[in-house]
Amino acid sequence: MGEQKNVGIVIVSHSAKVAEGAADMVRQMVGDSVPLAAVGGNADGGLGTDVGAIMGAIDKAWSESGVAILVDLGGAETNSEMAVEMMPEDRRERIVICNAPLVEGAVMAATEASGGSSLDAVRATAEELMGG
Amino acid sequence: MDQGFKRRLIAAMGEAIIAHAEELTALDSAIGDGDHGLNMKRGFEAVLADADNISAKPLPDALKAIGMTLVMKVGGASGPLYGTLAMGLGKALPAAPSVAEAAAALGRAIEDVKSRGKSEAGQKTMLDVLVPVQAAFAAGGAGLATRLPAVAAEAADATVPMKAIRGRASFLGERSIGHMDPGARSSSLLVQAICRVFNEA
Repeated sequence: MGEQKNVGIVIVSHSAKVAEGAADMVRQMVGDSVPLAAVGGNADGGLGTDVGAIMGAIDKAWSESGVAILVDLGGAETNSEMAVEMMPEDRRERIVICNAPLVEGAVMAATEASGGSSLDAVRATAEELMGG
Repeated sequence: MDQGFKRRLIAAMGEAIIAHAEELTALDSAIGDGDHGLNMKRGFEAVLADADNISAKPLPDALKAIGMTLVMKVGGASGPLYGTLAMGLGKALPAAPSVAEAAAALGRAIEDVKSRGKSEAGQKTMLDVLVPVQAAFAAGGAGLATRLPAVAAEAADATVPMKAIRGRASFLGERSIGHMDPGARSSSLLVQAICRVFNEA
């Protein structure tokens, strides 16, 4: 039950392989202690991002403590922002998109989350990688 | 606006994007990730597939439906950007707008696109076509449906010497100079398609 309270992590890449690989690296670090979902690729299976799939990933990694999203390039961020706006209003304020590199950010954020940290702390840890 | 007219607008936009998909992809390959044509084609094919249903709706709802389809289907940053434009228009337009109301609604929808893309005109994006087209639209006068396509085409050409500040093309820095922005081109194509239908009416 305690596991559900940890902040969830969503990985959004243009590439399904990158998303899956980053998720593997996160699990190696934190196991199943953090709700985790990874998506990559467009609706046709090519490189790109898919708003519907991102919404599904947020649902899958949902935690009452919130969800931190890590993205790679431009479209992943724009589509993630769109997905967040399309989530139910009471969830929106508990979802953040981190300004951090995808792989390093996901591992750092998940490690922070696995200790039961708040969404703000999880985001701050990921964003420290940007020198912030 | 009757259903047949909305149906013709949807068909014209979809056909223009599909017919120019390879050109858009080539433009995007030069300065971006080369998916703009395919992405837009995927989005507009989905809009076309639902055209009967969409065109039966009142204009604001039809635009919201088009926007939502583009958001869900395009798969690149252009999905949320064009989707935001269409949804913004749907939000701002009355069911039977005057020219002035339509121009004002386009202005508000362009503001939505600016915030979605965290961008402004002058950064080698679709905004470099939409902003001057909206300005000419808002200035009004006779023959808008004939003049706006020329404004759009010239504005798209004017992105060639610009340096990209936003989007994947910005990674190229100076090397983005000398190529037309694919988003500016697709915006110009859509303006031309819409105006052609109004000219034929």
